[in-house]
Order: sequence, then C-alpha cells, then structure tokens
Amino acid sequence: MSVHDYIRERFFPHMWCAGCGHGTILNGLIRAVSELGIRKRNLVMVTGIGCSARISGYVDFHSLHTIHGRALAFATGVKLSRPELNVIVPMGDGDGLSIGGNHFIHAARRNINLTALIMNNRTYGMTGGQFSPMSGLGIKASTAPYNNIDNSFDVVELAKAAGATFVARTTTFHVNQLSDLIKAAIQHNGFSVVEIFTQCPTYFGRKNKLGGAPEMLQVFKERTVPVGSPKKQEDPSLMERGIFVDIDRPEYCDEYRKLIERAQEG
Amino acid sequence: MAKKKLKEHVINRHWCKGCGICVSLCPKKVLELDEFDKVVAAHPEQCITCKLCEKICPDLAITVEIEEVEEAKAHE
Repeated sequence: MSVHDYIRERFFPHMWCAGCGHGTILNGLIRAVSELGIRKRNLVMVTGIGCSARISGYVDFHSLHTIHGRALAFATGVKLSRPELNVIVPMGDGDGLSIGGNHFIHAARRNINLTALIMNNRTYGMTGGQFSPMSGLGIKASTAPYNNIDNSFDVVELAKAAGATFVARTTTFHVNQLSDLIKAAIQHNGFSVVEIFTQCPTYFGRKNKLGGAPEMLQVFKERTVPVGSPKKQEDPSLMERGIFVDIDRPEYCDEYRKLIERAQEG
Repeated sequence: MAKKKLKEHVINRHWCKGCGICVSLCPKKVLELDEFDKVVAAHPEQCITCKLCEKICPDLAITVEIEEVEEAKAHE
C-alpha cells in the first residue's frame, strides 16, 4: 500500500507549521507500517495533548486522542483488552516526560508491548514555546528569557533505567533510520521507546536563533553520531543515535494471560 | 538489466508549505521554490531517484515516481 492509503487525506494539509519535524515523523511512521504490511484494522494509535498528539488525527488507524500525559495509560487499557493489536503511542517531550512522566516509567517497568515514540522538539510548541524537561541548560524559551537553568532528561538512560526492553534514538534528518527503528520497535515484544529529535523552527529555533528548518536539520546531522562511534570519545557532547537496548524479558500481556490460565486451572 | 529511472516528481501544491527542507537537502539540487513558495522540480534530469525529498517532506507533498527501464535505453 502507498503512504496515502494510511492517512486521512481529508484533514490535509495538516496543522503543523512549515518545516515542523512532526510531519517527517508521520511520514517515517507510515512508511514503517506500510513496509511491515500491517493492516490498518490491526493498528491503534493513542496520543495525549500537544502538537505531537495531533498525529493521531492524520493516520487512518484506530485512534484515540486522550488527555495530557495519559496516552500510555489509555494504551495500556487497549493493549490488555486486545493484545493482538499493534498499539503505537507517539508523545511529545513535555506530554511524555513531564505531564506523563510517571506513566512513562511505569509502562517501561511493566514491559507491556507498546511502541512509545518520544517526538522531542525540546519545547511546548502548541502553547507558545515554554521550556520543557528536554530543553536543557542555557536554552531560551518564552518562560526562560534569561536562559534556562534546568537540566534535561536523557530519554535513553531514563527508559533503560525504568526497564524498557527496546530503546533507540534517531532524528528527523536520518529518515531511513527513522523508519527502520520504528519498524524494529513495532516488531519488538515488550515496551519499546524510540526518541526522535525533531525541529520546532517556530519556537525553539526562533528563540534560540538556530535558523529555519533546513539549518536545524543540519545540526542533527552534524551533532549526532551512530552508537559506538569513536567520535563520541573525542567529543562527548555529541549525541548517539541507533539501538541502545534490545533484550527479551517477560511481556506483561503474555504474563497476564498465563496468570488467567493458571487461576482457571485451580 | 532493468534500471530505475525517474518518471515524474508528483508534487501536491496544496499540501506544500514551502519550508524548503527538500530544496536544501536534495543532493542534486533538483528542486526549487517558485514565486508562490511552492516546490517545483526545476531540474528533473539531474534526479538520481534517491527519494530523500519524498521521505523527509513533513507535508507528504512529494512523491517520486520511478519506472524500470532496460539498461541500454537508460543511457540514451
């Protein structure tokens, strides 16, 4: 099927700003499910609130646009009642790690078979460019006019520590890796996290004088290296991208089914 | 032997927002923005059908259509 078979064309052109990386993530996600050959009826997308969350309106899957930060809680309910469905949960950095921070770590701890995508643009774009838990030190935002003094999370380390069994990172510049990692994350049996650096030229780019979308993509190209690259030793400020964790641990829905079987025997 | 050759860049002008990502990233400088800030394939003959523009376009506005041609014909 072509990319256009998986989207709700009547809602296009979409509401994201010119140059917003969220559209590139939508593009990569659709290519991933299309290449995997998953039927639309077997796909569920659950999102919370924010620019990133609007992605659920554009895909022609089963979709839930739920409350801020709680997408993983709704997705857990969907997955437990219908474990045969593929549940994809795209979240923004604020939605997933600030408002929904607890849901994120506990979904990871439980190792439930969901695909969490963190669309990290390092700001709250929809409400006017406030700083988020991913903005980082020294960043300017509408709520940090004298530069941000907050440290940011490292999503990969956070997901690893919380118990996610598939953790990866990529950017909207690396489009082939983007769809490959989403494919691998969907196929993984367990909680999978893919952090995707995405550009917000409207707020993050403008406030921090980073130029337009093409210039911000150039930064993703120059400031990231593949996992294990020797360049990282020379310059520790570079960000690694690729697969960090890919391990097998008992999956929550499988264990729950076994528990039911065991209880029914007795 | 069959070789991939560009058929056409199908551009949805209604969806294109003129962000210029495809124009700046195209390795062969095939694409340009017109006077309405919409993307056009200005030099399609230089296209190597890498599909980077199609894959990175945030607005899903570009489709690179490819046809398979015989090796001999491709060099004509």
